[in-house]
Amino acid sequence: MTADVHGSMSGSAGGRWWGHPRARSLIYQIGAVALVTVIIAYFAHNAAVNMARQGIAAGFGFLSREAGFEISTTLISYTPADTYGRALLVGLLNTLVVAAIGCVLTTIFGVLLGIARLSSNWLLRQVTLWYVEIFRNTPLLLQLVVWWDLLRISAPGPRQALQILPNVFVSNRGLAYPVPVGNEIYIWMLVAALIGVSLTILMARWAKRRQERTGEQFHTILAGCALILLPPLAVFLAGGAPLELDKPALAGFNFKGGAIIGPEFAALLFGLVANTSAFVAEIVRSGIQAVSWGQTEAAGALGLRRGQALRLVILPQAIRVIIPPMTSEYLSLTKNSSLAVGIGFADFVSVANTEMNQTGQAIEVIAILMAVYLTISLAISASMNFYNRFMALVER
Amino acid sequence: MTDITHDVSSDFVEPRRGLVEKASEWARTNLFNSVLNSLLTLVIAYGLVRLAIPLFNWAIVDATFSAPNDTVCKAKGGACWAFIADWANFLLFGRFPAPERWRPALVIAIFVALMLVSSRARLSGKALLGMWAAGVAVSIALMFGGFLGMEYVETDLWNGIPLNLLLTIGGCGVAFPVAILAALGRRSRMPAIRWISIGYIELIRGVPLITVLFMATVMVPLFLPSGVTIAKLWRAEVAFTLFFGAYLAEAIRGGLQVIPRGQYEAADALGLGYWRKTWLVILPQALTISIPSLVNTSISAFKDTVLITVVGIFDVLGDVNNAMNAPEWRSAYWEGYSFVALIFFAVCFYMSRYSQRLERSLSRARPGPRRN
Amino acid sequence: MAVQQNTAAKAAGQSMIELRNVNKWYGDFHVLKDINLEVRKGEKVVVCGPSGSGKSTMIRCINRLEEHQKGQIFVDGMELTGDVKHVEAIRREVGMVFQQFNLFPHLTVLQNLTLAPIWVRKMPKKEAEELAMQLLARVKIPEQANKYPGQLSGGQQQRVAIARSLCMKPEVMLFDEPTSALDPEMIKEVLDVMINLAQEGMTMICVTHEMGFARTVADSMIFMDRGQVVEVAPPKEFFANPKSDRTKLFLSQILSH
Repeated sequence: MTADVHGSMSGSAGGRWWGHPRARSLIYQIGAVALVTVIIAYFAHNAAVNMARQGIAAGFGFLSREAGFEISTTLISYTPADTYGRALLVGLLNTLVVAAIGCVLTTIFGVLLGIARLSSNWLLRQVTLWYVEIFRNTPLLLQLVVWWDLLRISAPGPRQALQILPNVFVSNRGLAYPVPVGNEIYIWMLVAALIGVSLTILMARWAKRRQERTGEQFHTILAGCALILLPPLAVFLAGGAPLELDKPALAGFNFKGGAIIGPEFAALLFGLVANTSAFVAEIVRSGIQAVSWGQTEAAGALGLRRGQALRLVILPQAIRVIIPPMTSEYLSLTKNSSLAVGIGFADFVSVANTEMNQTGQAIEVIAILMAVYLTISLAISASMNFYNRFMALVER
Repeated sequence: MTDITHDVSSDFVEPRRGLVEKASEWARTNLFNSVLNSLLTLVIAYGLVRLAIPLFNWAIVDATFSAPNDTVCKAKGGACWAFIADWANFLLFGRFPAPERWRPALVIAIFVALMLVSSRARLSGKALLGMWAAGVAVSIALMFGGFLGMEYVETDLWNGIPLNLLLTIGGCGVAFPVAILAALGRRSRMPAIRWISIGYIELIRGVPLITVLFMATVMVPLFLPSGVTIAKLWRAEVAFTLFFGAYLAEAIRGGLQVIPRGQYEAADALGLGYWRKTWLVILPQALTISIPSLVNTSISAFKDTVLITVVGIFDVLGDVNNAMNAPEWRSAYWEGYSFVALIFFAVCFYMSRYSQRLERSLSRARPGPRRN
Repeated sequence: MAVQQNTAAKAAGQSMIELRNVNKWYGDFHVLKDINLEVRKGEKVVVCGPSGSGKSTMIRCINRLEEHQKGQIFVDGMELTGDVKHVEAIRREVGMVFQQFNLFPHLTVLQNLTLAPIWVRKMPKKEAEELAMQLLARVKIPEQANKYPGQLSGGQQQRVAIARSLCMKPEVMLFDEPTSALDPEMIKEVLDVMINLAQEGMTMICVTHEMGFARTVADSMIFMDRGQVVEVAPPKEFFANPKSDRTKLFLSQILSH
């Protein structure tokens, strides 16, 4: 956000390089910087003294020492014999995965909820309203703990596991689901899908140009779906339709085979998505409402059908209203994933917390924590700003 | 059982008839298929009934309201409210010495009264500020004790809901002036001041509260000269203050941003200096406009205070967790969590409705003055 | 203090405001080009010109709501520099009335009037209120003293704004299109107040398109276009016999309907 340049002619009129205001503002600024520097220096000095007394060696050397603690959910290989640095990386990856999946699910669920809030169906409106109110007005940590207990304690044991879909089991060990056995056809299917996506983009451009030139309209959405879905399907069938699944099966007290999402991970993901969706729903609702008032009437007066009005007039404007607050919801979801520490999921913060307790390198660990979260925050803000600018350019 | 089922479903059927008509009316105007909409209504109503009956049975019909331990509850299969009844004092006040529990109870009463008065009575900003400051001061004095024959109670024993309330109000209260300065600083024309403000606001907003809490509880002792120690509670309060300050600053900045340029110019033209202009003309308007978002920030702050359990200070959520360690109530976690959820929901829902009301009345009042 | 006494102007005894070769740019855009202007004590000057001609910018430079980058501006013999205290001192002597009124919406009419006298002139509250009531009577709305600006009509708000400026007992009054934001039926009540003020001998610079008002009160007319002062003349001559083609065109446009 750019700083505003309101008023304040007397406070600090710049511009004139020789006048008093310049000198004044310089004095204020030097004073402020000096104050901050002195405070930081004082703290740093005390910290150095205290750490020397406690015999803690400052520095990041501990990162290459052996961690010695277990992490239950890992994306990359990890054993207690690995280093503190690798343990942190495992935690970071866990955080990023939760955040990424969470953001996608939240967007889908939140947008649906937001639209449902504006439904003409009174019952649907009431149900979504109370959903939003309940999730917004109770602490997230409490919600996470409840999800966790729901999955951990109230869910049946592996032997009584619920089969919610063929070969998908819910139990207090988490969600076990089948994964396809690796086959190179899948890679080719992905390639085919990507080709379909690029063809769709080209087709959309062509359709738009043709519509501008001749006025004829083209069923871009339908054709696009076909282009994206059909080639992978064709590849799949041509490859002999390999459908070999690695299915989870009960072995002793747990599942073997397939893949399993642990209750901690599931609780964190469900909790974050359920909670953030409530906030997103309100953003979407108010975004659409903010635009639609006069604009719907104007679009209607021009003879646009409701669907056209929504697509050509309302949504493009609503998206611009929605994106900035959505960005902050993505950011808060990512930051809130740190509450994993309260339910025992090994995210970045809980790994860091464990290391802090084991090594006593509080300053270093917290510095890493802050630096990483700031980087994530800045990256999300930057990409959303980019998207926002892109949208503004496209729509103009 | 069957009677109840019948009652509940007929309750839902009656108003739904009207609704279907209404829905199909809307449907025609909104180009929605009325069949689809009524189908949706049916499905939702069915789902609600399916959900409501077991919930009602659990919470009321099969519930146990007084029992020595959870075996009775387990036998009946419903909610174990006996746990709440048995442990109510502990859940609300934690380890605060039993004979002195009227003190935290009074603190809760003070804050509830303050909330009701602030949202109901139309008081001036100064009166409100004075009232809350006095409320916080009296509350802290009550919690500490050590005078008028009240036993001195150390901060480790300040548990439960009073802690959540004190952390919120105290934190936001101390953070408020910091936030005003940071918001003004962020809009300053002096680059150094602006960057210091931006640095503070964005650094704090960029990281999770839990890291700020860790920082305060673990790093503050390192930052102090040796020999000086601060109770854990105050260290946590430092974290909350820093954290809330950054968010409050952004709420205030939102208010500052909508003050029209003409207000600054008129104040300048009258010869008011920067501080007088800010204090007499700009801030009164900006703060009024930002009250709804300030209230919303305080609501989030209140919910955030439960995080203090993570650093080992027992607020109401911590108390519930501790209470459930009692062997005779092992299975009562739903009841405990419902209890906490209900308290937070009541406060946050009430305050958020208040903030929405304020927002509406502000946006109604604005068009006149905004012509300026 | 960078206050410079302009002895030459003092010697003439009359000069309230003087602009010498004033230039201002917004980035590459040259808004004011070599403006030279002198307004003597008690003189009433009306500035007109097409929109974007720099007339508002010029009078906003006089109390430094805008900064000029080249040239000199003297107010009551003091040169306008960037010095904070100095700018505040000059603003005390120069009243300004805005197109959009800019009343403080959170204060009552009376508080709007007394704010600056109390805080800038250090006047006791009671005295400030007496003065404010006198001035409200002068702009003919003493009964509105305890209302908020939002409760008044546009014309009433603008009269309050004039009274607010007068409360500082300024030597000069600047009017920046004071009637442009008003509904037609309210223009007269504001112009009447301004004519009264002119008759009492206030030094005034008005940016306005109210040519009837200009004919009644102006000692001299200034026509600006594209950042330049194109023509300066007494009203009679200005309206009857404009010299420049640009002035002729402008007058034909605004007087034709």
